[in-house]
Amino acid sequence: MIPAIVVFLYLAIVLYIGIFAFRRAKGKEEAEDYFLASRSLGPFVFLFSLFGTNMTAFAILGSSGHAFSNGIVTFGLMASSSGLVIPLTIFLIGTRVWALGKKHGFMTPVQMFRDRWECSHIGTTIFVVQAVLLVPYIIIGIMGGGTTLYTISDGAVPFWFGGAIVAMVVMSYVFFGGMRGTAWVNTFQTVLFLCFGAIALIVIGVGMGGFRSAANAIQNSPMASLLTRERISPYYFFSYTFIPLSAIAFPHILIFCLTARKMAQFKKTVIFYPLCILAIWLPCVFLGVMANRVTDIPEIRQKQEARRVLATQGKNMAPEQRDELREKSAGDDVIMVLLKHYAPLWLAGLLGAGIMAAVMASDSQILALSTMFTEDVFAFYGGKTRFGEHVQVQTGRIFIILITLFAYIVALRAPETIFELAIQYAFSGYAALSPLLIAALFWKGSTKWGALAVTLWTAITVIAVAVLQSVVPAPAPGPATVLWAPGGVEVLSRTPGGTAVFGFMPVVPMVIGSALLMIFVSLATRKPASTTLAKYFGGR
Amino acid sequence: MKNILLVLAVVVLYVLHQDIWFWRSARLVFGFIPIGLFYQGCFSVAAALLMWLLVTYAWPAHLEEEVEEANTGEDRSA
Repeated sequence: MIPAIVVFLYLAIVLYIGIFAFRRAKGKEEAEDYFLASRSLGPFVFLFSLFGTNMTAFAILGSSGHAFSNGIVTFGLMASSSGLVIPLTIFLIGTRVWALGKKHGFMTPVQMFRDRWECSHIGTTIFVVQAVLLVPYIIIGIMGGGTTLYTISDGAVPFWFGGAIVAMVVMSYVFFGGMRGTAWVNTFQTVLFLCFGAIALIVIGVGMGGFRSAANAIQNSPMASLLTRERISPYYFFSYTFIPLSAIAFPHILIFCLTARKMAQFKKTVIFYPLCILAIWLPCVFLGVMANRVTDIPEIRQKQEARRVLATQGKNMAPEQRDELREKSAGDDVIMVLLKHYAPLWLAGLLGAGIMAAVMASDSQILALSTMFTEDVFAFYGGKTRFGEHVQVQTGRIFIILITLFAYIVALRAPETIFELAIQYAFSGYAALSPLLIAALFWKGSTKWGALAVTLWTAITVIAVAVLQSVVPAPAPGPATVLWAPGGVEVLSRTPGGTAVFGFMPVVPMVIGSALLMIFVSLATRKPASTTLAKYFGGR
Repeated sequence: MKNILLVLAVVVLYVLHQDIWFWRSARLVFGFIPIGLFYQGCFSVAAALLMWLLVTYAWPAHLEEEVEEANTGEDRSA
């Protein structure tokens, strides 16, 4: 129960930060203050909150779980590729969006798209697609909170109550503190993440009797492939470098780029981003791999046994049996299990708070959805003119309550795996939307019809992949099930982990398709007026 | 020339990320870190250095100037 008490203390601190931010706002009821903290964030808060916003539960729980099953490849696959692509996109796109926001007062990406391409309903279409892809994150955040509290308290806090507490806390500090509260909480959480990685590494390392012996034991066992990248194909590895393109296309990240006081604040963020990723992901991936050497914890042995059965007998099993074994072998709770076994109670609580910080990253998405709704729908369709800015902010707050309630109700009723899958599609979907930003900022010739084509293509391909994966069950570990191979060329396959197109993940054809559609449809349609282009490109 | 070199550096780093040379090696560095993980860790440090080069030599300072000019214009008209 002690770890649960520490976690509750952490939740109280987070709540206090949100309310303190509300008091700091001194009753200002301006939309720009509530939704963008008056574009006033300093370098430290900007770096840590932007980074924290991007670090979901997956950074700690998912990364170690993926490494437990797939080995060290997890780091190159998800962390170091993000360490190159995300700061690069912040440098190229984030700074430009910030400048346009400062000059023209944009608060959401859709506002910029509407102005840049002289469109209205196409902007609304983009809003709908962005919003639909964002909602699963909020739901999974609440589910993660409920599960973590349940695990930490050894079942004393039921899932429904834990989820309700997390939903209430997140809702409260977003409701009161707006962007300022969210940014401060994210900064606090990121500092916790960073401490978490270092402490967990030391405590578990000592508990395991040193990493040298564990690494040597794995090297000399049948599990030696976990120390290599053999379990993933080079095509899959290459495909994954397209996924971080999604980061800058996420509305909550792009809206966050608008909160910097000066453009110079981007400098530290761009430089330190790869190092922050290194500091958090490397210990988690390393511990996930080393967990395979722990033989005295029954939970870990059960996972390894499920993995072994799936690999040896999976081909002869029904899809439901395979899914059940996959769930049993999943290592998402492996860090929690190691901590429970090796860390003293009070430390396990502190580290549990760190994990809690990771699963509560849905705050920015809730605020982003509220900002988008009030700016792109409420204000755009005349609400702000009719009722004023004060009502706009209150509408945003009501929206926060409604979306959190909706997410909580869905979290109680639906199985978690559905939303984990939805998040997989969302990453690919947002990566496929990234050509919108590149075209808007760097290509005079892009048009609203090109933007519409990209948006519809994204929606259709995300739905197509989702339908395909629900209709065709995942095969057992090993060769993929080929679904379409005209002339012997494997075009479409169902793999144990998803779908492959010409051996690549769907995100590759999705992004390339988006880029081509933007180019060809724009070339065939009328460009915006020269006055609009001058606003974005000057005399260039 | 400076910009071309920076673009080239980004492309080279992107290619280096693929790291096909340590794909199947389970060798341990310092007796406990798998070489593939060590390489990707070093890659992250190299990415930070590249970002420092971009920020130092290709910073879009004109954007800041445009914002300042626009703000000054607004102040005058007010």
